[in-house]
Amino acid sequence: MPTAAQLFAAYFQVGISGFGGANAWARHVVVEKRGWLTDAEYAQRLGLGQVLPGPNAMNCAIIIGHEFAGVPGSIAAVTGMFAGPLSLLCGLAALYDRYGELQTVRAALAGVAAGAAGMMLGTALKLARRSRPTWPMWAVLAAALGASMADVPIGWILLVLGPLGILTARMERA
Amino acid sequence: MNELWALMTGLAPLSLMAVGGGTTVLADMHRLIVEQHGWMDDAAFARRYALAQAAPGPNILVVGLFGWHVAGPLGVIGATLAMCGPAFLLALGFAAMRRRLEGARWLRVAERGLVPMAIGLAAASALHLGGAAVAAWGPQPIVGAAIMVVTAAVVFFTKRSPLWMLAGGAVLGVLLIG
Repeated sequence: MPTAAQLFAAYFQVGISGFGGANAWARHVVVEKRGWLTDAEYAQRLGLGQVLPGPNAMNCAIIIGHEFAGVPGSIAAVTGMFAGPLSLLCGLAALYDRYGELQTVRAALAGVAAGAAGMMLGTALKLARRSRPTWPMWAVLAAALGASMADVPIGWILLVLGPLGILTARMERA
Repeated sequence: MNELWALMTGLAPLSLMAVGGGTTVLADMHRLIVEQHGWMDDAAFARRYALAQAAPGPNILVVGLFGWHVAGPLGVIGATLAMCGPAFLLALGFAAMRRRLEGARWLRVAERGLVPMAIGLAAASALHLGGAAVAAWGPQPIVGAAIMVVTAAVVFFTKRSPLWMLAGGAVLGVLLIG
């Protein structure tokens, strides 16, 4: 079981490398590198993090931190995740107003963004395969994907597909 | 100081409304920062959002950039605390409750049941971001799409760190469209 200090270190790594959002990196560090959770376990905590209000990655870090090291674990994970990027952003904020319009900067950012999107997609695919969905679960997954692509408000998606998803999990156990 | 206070009291209620991720309340932030207080214009707001997306770390850190603009370094901390604090406390309470209920059957069912929706939403964010990223490649969308597909394959089939793919994307971007 990781200690609060190990959680801080792991989430510091998540924060500092988390281009394009932190969820994909959190999975990479917590599942692939440290082996603290399996993909299926990580996916469950991601689901909880999405249902709770606030940033998903933060909610996930709070849940995972608490699980391993109580309240200090949650605080360590969240501060670890925010510490690096926050200080970096302060520096960037000053530079960006001056150089953000440069074509070179834009081109590099476009390249990073394409990679980040691929990373998120690969993470979703891997989580889907490893969590072994039943076919009704695949249907809920596809519906969430389709609804979100069609810009259905997130509140409605959670309200309708959340309970439907739980129903599919009940069917599986029955 | 008054400005920072206005920003913080404007952001704090959004914290608990941001169901499904911090940036779902982006439109409300825009209302607060651009329309209501006029702290920056549309373009400056959009640039900061793009920067937070591109920079490492949770995307919600964009509020830190707004805070910087309104009140400097202290604004970064104030805005981040206001946006994340209330949700942090709620999630902490939930995490504690979850551990007390450990092993309860209904909780296990609920947790397993939320997985498909979570993955579907994550895949949709990937495609949303991917669409915007590929469009940013202008005349060579195919290269952007290829970077995306190859990175997805590396993550799916290997345990390697995708950091090299992101760095490679940046280099290709500078070489081809810079």
